[in-house]
Amino acid sequence: MPATWDWEYAWEITPALVEGMVAIVVATLLGIMIAVVLGLFFALGRRSERKLISYPFAWFIEFVRSTPLLVQLFFLFYALPQVEFLPRAISTMSPLTTLVVGLGVHYGCYCSEAYRAGINSVPKGQWEASTALNLKPTTKWRHVILPQAIPRALPPLGNYFVAMFKDAPLGSAITYAGVLFVARALQSSDFRTVEPFTIAGILFLMVSIPAAMSVRRLERRVAYESD
Amino acid sequence: MLEELLLTPRQYENLLNGTWVTVQVIIGSFALGTVMSLIMGVARLSDRRWLRGWALVYIEFARGISAIILLFWMFFALPILFGLGGMPPMLAGILALGLNMGAYGAEIVRGAIQSVAKGQTEAAIALNLTDGQRLRHIVLPQAVPIILPPYGNLTIEVLKGTALVSLISLTDITRVALVIRQNRVLSDDPVNVPFLFINVLIIYLILAQVIAQLFKVAERRSAKKFGSV
Repeated sequence: MPATWDWEYAWEITPALVEGMVAIVVATLLGIMIAVVLGLFFALGRRSERKLISYPFAWFIEFVRSTPLLVQLFFLFYALPQVEFLPRAISTMSPLTTLVVGLGVHYGCYCSEAYRAGINSVPKGQWEASTALNLKPTTKWRHVILPQAIPRALPPLGNYFVAMFKDAPLGSAITYAGVLFVARALQSSDFRTVEPFTIAGILFLMVSIPAAMSVRRLERRVAYESD
Repeated sequence: MLEELLLTPRQYENLLNGTWVTVQVIIGSFALGTVMSLIMGVARLSDRRWLRGWALVYIEFARGISAIILLFWMFFALPILFGLGGMPPMLAGILALGLNMGAYGAEIVRGAIQSVAKGQTEAAIALNLTDGQRLRHIVLPQAVPIILPPYGNLTIEVLKGTALVSLISLTDITRVALVIRQNRVLSDDPVNVPFLFINVLIIYLILAQVIAQLFKVAERRSAKKFGSV
């Protein structure tokens, strides 16, 4: 180890960084809950037969997917409070709420694509059979289409879950006390950068690599079962 | 209402300068990312075990760590750890985003090479082509049409990632927007913050569409050149 690395200092700051890591995991879990629900809603909206509904959904999804999450977070955090006609409860959100809403909407748009692919992969005969059986649209979706579409959408949803986790440290830009925020705070209070950022990176890998591996295992299992 | 959406000419000029910085970061990251994608994607399929192993370590590491954490580590920790005088923010941005892109790109390249019909490789071996010739003249040209569509999406992801460099003091589009917001009280150019950010989002949307169109042109040309697969 080079002389710039101080083990004692490293041990001293690890608990604070672990706490920041937990904060990132919490934001990710809340974010994915919003994203999977919003994603399904977006996917159904986009599939609507009325162009008046499907086009705005398609535009919104394309817009959100083509623009940086960081700028979207700044929009939610800095711009929304200045919109006069919004009630303050909506316009002025805490850093955690802003991050969770930002992640949820951003990845909701990605999730909608996963659902869309899942829905499109349901064989045509299933749709025709639902029509032949005179099922109501809600029955058709709830009992025929979605139970077959959602398992196929699970692996890509899992990938977005991991991707969202990697984007959650962006919260530090809007003062959410995640791992990166803690590292930057240590940097400005102790004038040390090597240990905080290196430990932050190691902690991050310790969570993200096992997470990515379990998604790959899920991918293989779904591929196996649908064969 | 519509006029309010527009910013002042000076603000647009600043945003345009920021756009130029963003474009530089994306070109640099794309170049590094593409080199890494090709090297690591091919190395993943090498006969040599150590080469495959190192490529896998690189891919897992660069994909597993988030781009923003890699960026901060490159900018703040790396120069001190290796006793360098400092790291220009542009270089840190290009390194972090390029290495990150390379890991995702390597998986795209690997998948595409694997999907090229096996008979092509066997024929190349039967014709006594060297490994290098086989890769350059037989396998990669056929892999290109498969690589391009996901590679276009990846490039747009990297474009979105360039906004991160604003956090290490590079004056890209996002940084310019933050400065305009901060100065709105003091300067003579008042600004409506929601409209400011909507303008910025639209600039990114335009850049993303330009990248998508460039890839569409490349896809058409490669389909013409190599035949559809």
